[in-house]
Amino acid sequence: MWKYEKKLQYPVNIKNKNPKYAQIIISQYGGPDGELGASMRYLSQRYGQPFDEVKGILTDVGTEELAHLEMVSAMVHQLTRDLTPEEIVKSGFDKYFVDHTAGVYPQAAAGLPWRAEYIQSKGDVLADLHEDLAAEQKARVTYDNLIRLIDDPDILEPLKFLRQREITHYQRFGEAQQSMWNDNGGAADKTA
Amino acid sequence: MRTKSELKKRIHALDFAIHELVLFLDTHPTNRKAMALLTEYRNKRTECIKEYEQQFGKYFVMAEDAPTDGCWEWLKGKWPWEYKED
Repeated sequence: MWKYEKKLQYPVNIKNKNPKYAQIIISQYGGPDGELGASMRYLSQRYGQPFDEVKGILTDVGTEELAHLEMVSAMVHQLTRDLTPEEIVKSGFDKYFVDHTAGVYPQAAAGLPWRAEYIQSKGDVLADLHEDLAAEQKARVTYDNLIRLIDDPDILEPLKFLRQREITHYQRFGEAQQSMWNDNGGAADKTA
Repeated sequence: MRTKSELKKRIHALDFAIHELVLFLDTHPTNRKAMALLTEYRNKRTECIKEYEQQFGKYFVMAEDAPTDGCWEWLKGKWPWEYKED
């Protein structure tokens, strides 16, 4: 089961609102390579795994992705606070606003709502871990693209943190794959 | 003396009672009866964990608290979603 911790994994405090940035950052909430898909992918895949190392890493990374979901939501929320009707229309946020006001809704930057088709749970350790390695790289590229487009240190700091986490997760999934080849399940680091 | 599984069951029941009081207090934040009950269950939970740990070693449900005596205990044993014969 899960328990909530009343804190963010890494702080989000954005001085200047910017609904234009919110509209692209929201893709890491409910877009094709976003954190909602990441958490659902790993947490769903756990049940089909034969090895404890893989069950463990999917549980623990899947849990961390829920914390990332909250960080991305916090960014979208802070960037869309206290908007005037003029700011909403001028930034192009009106198309989102009309359906969701300033609520946070899982969708891609282009407006497509989150879809379960973004993820797979194949019940096969090889297929699932390969999907997970690819997913981490795709999420990393999305953070790269956001970092290219955004010019505000308050937003860049948490984005850089999240980008780095994708790289760490990629590394751990690679090691989980390695552990699978060691005696059909065993530590990646056999010298430990 | 309570067995390992009896104590675990008791701690889990207290966890649930505490959670139920959390929900109730979210909508009744000044209810003194609920606050007193929460304190009572929290204390009972602490006692149960103490009793568990005196006999069976560290009680943990989170990776962050998992023991590391020579190996990473977190990965050991059945996962919660797996079928267990009684």
